[in-house]
Amino acid sequence: MDADLIVQILFAAIKTGTPLLFIALGEVICEKSGILNLGQEGMMLMGAVVGFLAAYGSGNMGFGVLAAMAMGAFMSLLFAVLVLHVGANQVATGLALTIFGTGLSAFVGADFVGKTLQGFQPIPLPLLSDIPYLGRVLFSHDILVYFSFVMTIALIYVVNKTRIGLTLKAVGENPHAANAIGIKVLRVRYLAVMFGGAMAGLSGAYMSLVYTPMWVEGMTAGRGWIALALVVFASWRVGRIMLGAYLFGLASIMHLVLQGLGWSISPNLLAMLPYVATVIVMVIIGADHFKEKLLAPRSLGKPFDPRNMA
Amino acid sequence: MKLKSLLVGLGLLAGASVAQAEDPLKVGFVYVGPVGDLGWSYEHDLGRQGLEDYFGDKVETTFVENVPEGADAERVITQLAKAGNDLIFTTSFGFMNPTIKVAKRFPKVTFEHATGYKRSKNVGTYVLRTYEGRYVTGVTAGMMTETDTIGYIASFPIPEVIRDINSTFMAAKSVNPNVKMKIVWVNSWYDPGKETDAANALMDQGVDILIQHTDSPAPLIAAEKRGMRAFGQASDMSKFAPEAHIFSVRDNWAPYYISIADAVMKGTWAPKDYWGGFKEDILTIESVNSNLPADVKAKISETYAAVKSGEIKPFTGPIKDNKGNLVVKAGHTLTDVELAQVNWYVEGITDEIPR
Repeated sequence: MDADLIVQILFAAIKTGTPLLFIALGEVICEKSGILNLGQEGMMLMGAVVGFLAAYGSGNMGFGVLAAMAMGAFMSLLFAVLVLHVGANQVATGLALTIFGTGLSAFVGADFVGKTLQGFQPIPLPLLSDIPYLGRVLFSHDILVYFSFVMTIALIYVVNKTRIGLTLKAVGENPHAANAIGIKVLRVRYLAVMFGGAMAGLSGAYMSLVYTPMWVEGMTAGRGWIALALVVFASWRVGRIMLGAYLFGLASIMHLVLQGLGWSISPNLLAMLPYVATVIVMVIIGADHFKEKLLAPRSLGKPFDPRNMA
Repeated sequence: MKLKSLLVGLGLLAGASVAQAEDPLKVGFVYVGPVGDLGWSYEHDLGRQGLEDYFGDKVETTFVENVPEGADAERVITQLAKAGNDLIFTTSFGFMNPTIKVAKRFPKVTFEHATGYKRSKNVGTYVLRTYEGRYVTGVTAGMMTETDTIGYIASFPIPEVIRDINSTFMAAKSVNPNVKMKIVWVNSWYDPGKETDAANALMDQGVDILIQHTDSPAPLIAAEKRGMRAFGQASDMSKFAPEAHIFSVRDNWAPYYISIADAVMKGTWAPKDYWGGFKEDILTIESVNSNLPADVKAKISETYAAVKSGEIKPFTGPIKDNKGNLVVKAGHTLTDVELAQVNWYVEGITDEIPR
């Protein structure tokens, strides 16, 4: 392997990791507020199909992205109403959302299968992209990849350094205490869930507008589930999610790269790599039960009803 | 048609068919991908439409798309048989065993399975000599490559795919003795995301000409983005990559579907092992890009004509496999039965077939 190839592989890992990064960033904010949304895959698929339809119909890629985000947010709003107001079980509702989104996206997009778009073109950043090696890996992407960089940095700042971040964490750790000091718990949770939905939609749009760029039924291929594992992998830290997303991206392209290099390993085995990585991470984190408890938002998955205060 | 295929998929049409005065021949199709894949399944559907255009009211067709190879296929084929179809085309290699199984339970229904080798009293098979198209592809790729490295995106290690890889490589080698081929298996017929990743992984490794045995235009699109070249698979894919596209090898099924439906109507159908290629116009070369050098264009027509006339038969010995065994004796040309069993790489492919 020469340096050029390594640069190409890392470049591809970032591209492959970007949809994972978007969706996992959304999910971590959602989980930090104490809500576990397993509907990621469904929201992502709906984002992908709506983003594609909107961009195809209007000829405007930016509009496609916005439509996908709106769709994701709308899907998550459905989830939020059921979970926060009706008090439905979060796990069951999330699963229902995934199944619903998978089916509905296939239905909505049926007539658009196989149509293609130009997609977002890469924009090498002036100066930065001239840095040897690093410039090609990091700064020769399309606009959505740069947006994911900005988004990650912004979220690290917001979560760790601002009052908003503190409020979010308070709601996720102890909603009763947060409620007692006057934080509107449900409002925070609604916003966090909808942020997660919008990011899932954006992630879907990345798939159908940049990555392939076309719409195919089930095209997200389980990325929504990997994102859930990623959040655990990153132990609910925003910065680590970025690292994890790129590692997963790398794992999922390595089997294709190695085949081209003539390694005679079964491609089936290699294709399992990202999933094996997920399992290993789960085992490592799960092994230290106490630590896991410490890292996860303490009220994660538990309902909170302000009318029912003990 | 969409709604109808959906209903058949749900089994709702079973028994609900309305008897018509002339009793048209009911023909069902099972596709492995979406009709909109613009490759393999798309062409089968054009074949189905060709059948309808030809016979008009005398036939009634339905199709079920996106059928996974495996247990689901058996269910879908059974439902099509139950729904009163007289003739059912199952159009992917992985439908072979389900087709044979269902055919046993519906002896009055005629089945035609594409690319397989198992036949029975009411199951015939039909295979495209795609290796003929690959031969022209290989010659062209061998001439066009500047890095002497061709990339091949493969689906599943079945004889059809392995045969095509061999044909491509032998052809490329015949015009460019230095040529190397990198093969990447994506384990799918249709997964644009993975096909894109595979195309990029190959181009990262010095490949400048891409060949695919998967069904989506994604590799062509990836090649277009990076200024490399690629071939269209199964249907005319030129519009996806105006610059990158070299030519497409198109599957043209309508003539075959018409002849089979005709035979079933007349009662002359018998299970056969049909092989069709350039000669029968079941396989065609489409949209040779005008931006190709003149000598390449000339070589394409010359090779096409030679393969079509039988002057070039790609699998004529002596051929050694890549472990040094003589697999085709000098002077012998593989028969169709032997072609259906190719499970070796020719000499010079520095890779192993995944097992």
